[in-house]
Amino acid sequence: MREKTLIAFCTVAAILLAYNLYVMLLVLPDEVSQGPIFRIIFFHVPSAWTAFLGFLAAAVASVLYLVRKDLRYDAFAVAVTEVGLAFAAVTLVTGMIWARIIWGIWWTWDPRLTSMLVCWLLYAGYLMLRHAVEEPTQRARIAAVFSIFASVDVPIVFFSIRWWRTQHPQPVVWGGGSMDPAYWNTLFLNWIPLLLLGAAMAGIRLRQERRQRELEALRRMAHAL
Amino acid sequence: MKAAGTQAETAPRTTARAQPGFLGGAVAIAAKDLRSELRTKEALNASLAFSVVILLLFSFAFDPTAEETRALAGGLLWLVFAFAGALILNRSFARELPNDCLDALIAAPISAPALYLGKAVANWLLLMAVELVSLVVFGIFYNAPWTRRFWPLVGVIALGTWALTVVGTLFSALTVNLRLRELMLPLLVYPVLIPALLAAVQLSGPLALGEPLASDMMVWLRLLAGVDLIFTALALTLAETALVG
Repeated sequence: MREKTLIAFCTVAAILLAYNLYVMLLVLPDEVSQGPIFRIIFFHVPSAWTAFLGFLAAAVASVLYLVRKDLRYDAFAVAVTEVGLAFAAVTLVTGMIWARIIWGIWWTWDPRLTSMLVCWLLYAGYLMLRHAVEEPTQRARIAAVFSIFASVDVPIVFFSIRWWRTQHPQPVVWGGGSMDPAYWNTLFLNWIPLLLLGAAMAGIRLRQERRQRELEALRRMAHAL
Repeated sequence: MKAAGTQAETAPRTTARAQPGFLGGAVAIAAKDLRSELRTKEALNASLAFSVVILLLFSFAFDPTAEETRALAGGLLWLVFAFAGALILNRSFARELPNDCLDALIAAPISAPALYLGKAVANWLLLMAVELVSLVVFGIFYNAPWTRRFWPLVGVIALGTWALTVVGTLFSALTVNLRLRELMLPLLVYPVLIPALLAAVQLSGPLALGEPLASDMMVWLRLLAGVDLIFTALALTLAETALVG
């Protein structure tokens, strides 16, 4: 991603976020049963969507790497996984803050919380695995195989733990939960800056990955001399 | 693998034996692994001793005779199995590292999925043996009438152990050349296995105490079988990539 695109993404994200914060804090009224804390949903839910989008992109990039053996796909996979992991952490932390106020506890072993934590651990394992391998092509191959396994596992984790027990408020999308249309608009409108921010972060990470490769190539050349 | 295979096919046969097919190759690898393990008993002894130690440790963590502890039976058993499994799975490919045996295996005229399947079957049999011995110890230590539902329990354990070995063997192949190999394998395997372990724990709990399965438990059996199928298919597809590159 070019420098200018990155700056443009970040600027648009900043403007949108400022506008959304104004709407969230000053325009929208408190929710009847939850009070002011409900506003955390505007970051909690879009962060989760962004995280899953990142993991999905990582799975696609990993398959593409195994098919084409091009290290650029590997760099893309690690960039979006790291960004996805960051957004998954945002989801977990905002959820915990909300739970502390509404449920009175930081953590409960509810299916969605547990699944998200498992998901986070899976991809944290992916990053740790990458750290343990030195050689770039070997690292890319091993990481791609693990990433594919993890992406197949995520839906199974979600369904199995959902059968196990449930306490989380019904998900607002495809889950039977209901929300006022005004809240809906803000929720979607807040997803856009988070997506832009995620894309910019992935772009920066991608550039860093490319420079790392260039650096390694130069180092090898220096060794050869 | 393909290059090695075609080369061997075009080369003049030096022995009277025919080329092994997919299953033949897998059986040969499994037999080799079992034979070498039964002769050295390296992983088997360590794994058995480890499970007994963990079963002992649990008796300090909970009051072993209390009713609540009996409700934990399924979870307790599968924690023991998962820990014991990591020991066996770690050795599975690490055993081939000295004298470059792994390179020789990869160059052998059998396909990578057959090699992988053979290793997985050998690990599964070894782990099943360790688990059956642990069950006996568990029954004695915790006074559990696990033999009352013997065959359903063994069936559930067989399915759960297959999930553990099918994922573990593939990851064992992936991590064999890493530093911190012994640490990385459980770190990667356990989170992936959570759905399978969850189902196995739900099913083993009542069975280990000699109680029948409730009818709503069938969903866990289906989940366990489904996970087994999905992971087996995925692992066989990725075996070539994991082993050869």
